[in-house]
Amino acid sequence: MKKVQGTVVIKADSCKGCAFCVEFCPTGALHLSDSYNAKGYRIPELIDETKCTGCGLCGLFCPDFAIHGFIIKKVA
Amino acid sequence: MHEQQTATAEVPEVKNPVESLLRMDRMPHIWCPGCGIGTTVNCFARALEQSKVDLDKTAIVSGIGCTGRVAGYLNLDSFHTTHGRAIPFATGLKLANPDLKIVVYSGDGDLFAIGGNHFIHAARRNVDMTVICVNNLIYGMTGGQVAPTTPVTAKGTTYPYGSYDPPFNLPFLADSSGAVYVARWTVYHVHHVTKAIKEAILHRGFSFVEIISPCPTLYSRRNRLGDGLDQMKFYQENSEIRHGANTKDVDIDFQKKIIVGKFVERERKTYRQLMNEHLTSVFGEQYTKYEG
Repeated sequence: MKKVQGTVVIKADSCKGCAFCVEFCPTGALHLSDSYNAKGYRIPELIDETKCTGCGLCGLFCPDFAIHGFIIKKVA
Repeated sequence: MHEQQTATAEVPEVKNPVESLLRMDRMPHIWCPGCGIGTTVNCFARALEQSKVDLDKTAIVSGIGCTGRVAGYLNLDSFHTTHGRAIPFATGLKLANPDLKIVVYSGDGDLFAIGGNHFIHAARRNVDMTVICVNNLIYGMTGGQVAPTTPVTAKGTTYPYGSYDPPFNLPFLADSSGAVYVARWTVYHVHHVTKAIKEAILHRGFSFVEIISPCPTLYSRRNRLGDGLDQMKFYQENSEIRHGANTKDVDIDFQKKIIVGKFVERERKTYRQLMNEHLTSVFGEQYTKYEG
């Protein structure tokens, strides 16, 4: 089913913890971690990197330009 | 404290694709956590890339307000104008330099309360520009006063027991004033917003895109609607896509179904075409067509 492997880059300092990326990730690969950034917001984290398809929807939703996803390789 | 975190160690360094269109030295921006304006900027940046317009010939004009700050964050020729007067400034820019692609990016209060008159007249004349209105249903920056778009029974600081002023139906106002492209989406519909902005930029004439956005700090808090994410879920569950709907029927009621879609797409002669045609018919060969 899954043919690509993706990942996300998170800029923790820009994040305001709105959780749009976590809620609307189509494969449920993200969650809000227990760690906080310097401003006190809970930041998202990739829980299962095999689930990420690099579709980039998290990056399109992010109001703070703090996360973006991309494809790293094809999976046979 | 926190550097960029990548999930896997051997990942190549990839920049956010919209970074080249933003003034990253001004980040983080002023918008509240859960506000949808940042998402619309994200969509706008991608729409600009996809439409392949010449960025050196694109100018963005904003008024005052939360959404008015957009002009300051985009790495384009930008113009942060006086309150409500974004459209007159944009009209002037377009007349002086018709080669420019003009995008007016502002909020509902700026475009429809303080600058409402300018909006209807620019639409009537069909000045070639794109107007993007981020509608958060309230005055955000000034402290949550009731705006001309606030639905009846919604609370604001100036109507603590709920508003009883009938609000504007923005797509109907744009349609009846003569806009050639009218669409409405919510911040939840990111792909549709991107596509609508792209189409609006490429459509000649006065095109209008309304984007409904959450305001967690004022609108949602005063009306006990939760945070930005709760509003996004509300949009997800209560939006109905109805392309080509009669704009008379797309009123927004408080926490009721929101009708979204592309409502109007038509062709009309623009202001400059009409001026050139009319003056040529009056003066004949004596008149030189104005091309900028």
